Amino acid sequence: MGKTGLRKVAIVGAGITKFMRRSLETGKELSYEASRMALDSCGLRLKDIDCVTLGTAPDAFDGVHMKGEYLSDGAGAWRKPYVRNYVGGGTGVFAPIHGWFHIASGMFDTCLVVCEEKMSSCHPHPQGAFLTIFDHTTEQPLYPTLIWIFALEMNRYMQTYGLTKKDIALVSVKNKHNALDHPAAQIAQEITVEDVLNSETLAWPVNRLDISPASDGAAAIILASEDVAKRLTDKPVWIDGVGFNLDTAYWATKDLYYPRYVEKAARMAYDMAGIKEPHKEINIAEPYDPFDYKELHHMEGLMLCPRGKAAEFTASGATQRTGSMPICPSGGALGVGNPIAATGLMKIMEIFWQLRGEAGKRQVPGDPRVGLAQAWGDLMQVGTVVVMRR
Amino acid sequence: MLTKKDLPGTPLKSGDLEKVLTLKFKPNLKYDWDNGVAIARYLEELKNGKIIGKKCNKCNRIMIPPRMFCELCFRPTDDWVYVKDTGKVNTFSISYVHWDASRIKEGEPPYLPAVIEIDGASKGMGILHLLGEVIPDEIKIGMKVKAVWKPDNERTGAITDIKYFKPY
Repeated sequence: MGKTGLRKVAIVGAGITKFMRRSLETGKELSYEASRMALDSCGLRLKDIDCVTLGTAPDAFDGVHMKGEYLSDGAGAWRKPYVRNYVGGGTGVFAPIHGWFHIASGMFDTCLVVCEEKMSSCHPHPQGAFLTIFDHTTEQPLYPTLIWIFALEMNRYMQTYGLTKKDIALVSVKNKHNALDHPAAQIAQEITVEDVLNSETLAWPVNRLDISPASDGAAAIILASEDVAKRLTDKPVWIDGVGFNLDTAYWATKDLYYPRYVEKAARMAYDMAGIKEPHKEINIAEPYDPFDYKELHHMEGLMLCPRGKAAEFTASGATQRTGSMPICPSGGALGVGNPIAATGLMKIMEIFWQLRGEAGKRQVPGDPRVGLAQAWGDLMQVGTVVVMRR
Repeated sequence: MLTKKDLPGTPLKSGDLEKVLTLKFKPNLKYDWDNGVAIARYLEELKNGKIIGKKCNKCNRIMIPPRMFCELCFRPTDDWVYVKDTGKVNTFSISYVHWDASRIKEGEPPYLPAVIEIDGASKGMGILHLLGEVIPDEIKIGMKVKAVWKPDNERTGAITDIKYFKPY
């Protein structure tokens, strides 16, 4: 593990619910189902779990304050050390990092990591819950929405590199197609670039099919120390590097064309994992794709391709499952769905399954050994990265 | 390999969504936010029809919105500096949705949110505001714009004392 004093940590089990527009199950029940499945997948019982960490996004989605406490029984946390973590959309990849600390530090041998989101309770639309993330005096009086700032960022990105909406729509087409093979998928479908361009304009340049849906769902993984992991499975997947970084909340004062905070998070994770040339050493990646341009933006921040070249790379087919650098083979947020925190953990699980050769129809060829998952969130602000190795 | 039927979760159908017990309540909560020293002055100057920033003499950045401490140097900021009420469009959108993602009415003009880099502040220092008096299709990144202020007697010391920015 490179850094002296830290123990090796493996992912040994995983569970997930369907991602749904609206589920009958409560958030607690979704958390329970994913956690139960994760435990069963590696033959553990709740009493074998030393500690629990839970990731879930704004309380305002559920209209329940202290959502960490509310969900805690579903996450198997009662009478155990338990903490909720939250870094906006970056939460789903931060939660396993949080779990990693628990074990790498030597404090615990097993950790259940649960991520849950139930967005459907909020009306008229969960987007409304985001108004209060903007500065109350200088921004809220203008009634901004998150869709606006995504649109502003996408436009800036397109302008900087001379990209068209067509170039970017290819990501949505790819991911929705990939999701056809994902068992949890909510909005997998075969679409064309024309379908994306002809879908309803929400806030130019963002159309309906450029954007992931609001979803209900949960995901869970089990982390274990080296000794325990080797007893449980022949195929542990090691967490080799973790990184996280936060940029300014004065989001309009930095240039939106490039996510520096993602680069900083990635450098932290790569240093820990001993990765010098990410574009050569990373075999497969799941960057966060709540909007199609975000996948490209994040590939550049992760240094998986040169700045401004991610669209070209995508058009060449390199990011398809059969390409030289498969990106979002799961189908991503655009195809599987986007229950915020659960999406990040779904991405971690995809790399887990891919590196174990257990991804079924989604399996990428070439026996991948090193992969990464990344999430992003807050006000165009936070990057979270996990590098995994078989 | 896992299939859909192996996974827990019961998706509801559209019809089911009508049959929900909805809890509606209006808590009598009001938030009385303090603006702090820097933003209070910013608002006071907006009322005067001016935009003010604050300078850090260590990194030499002129920052808007103004702040009492430089978050990079982590020290108090120094001088108050008036910046211009002109700037250039860093990026923009043409939005057909309100803040809660509901669609604007047919025929209603779209919102034109933009990041505007303010002249006189350090490079890249932008604020979120709206554009106006412009045909949406003619907006360009890099376009020069100027604040359109509400009349003196209608200004209240708010970011909305600037109605919008228009090309000039």
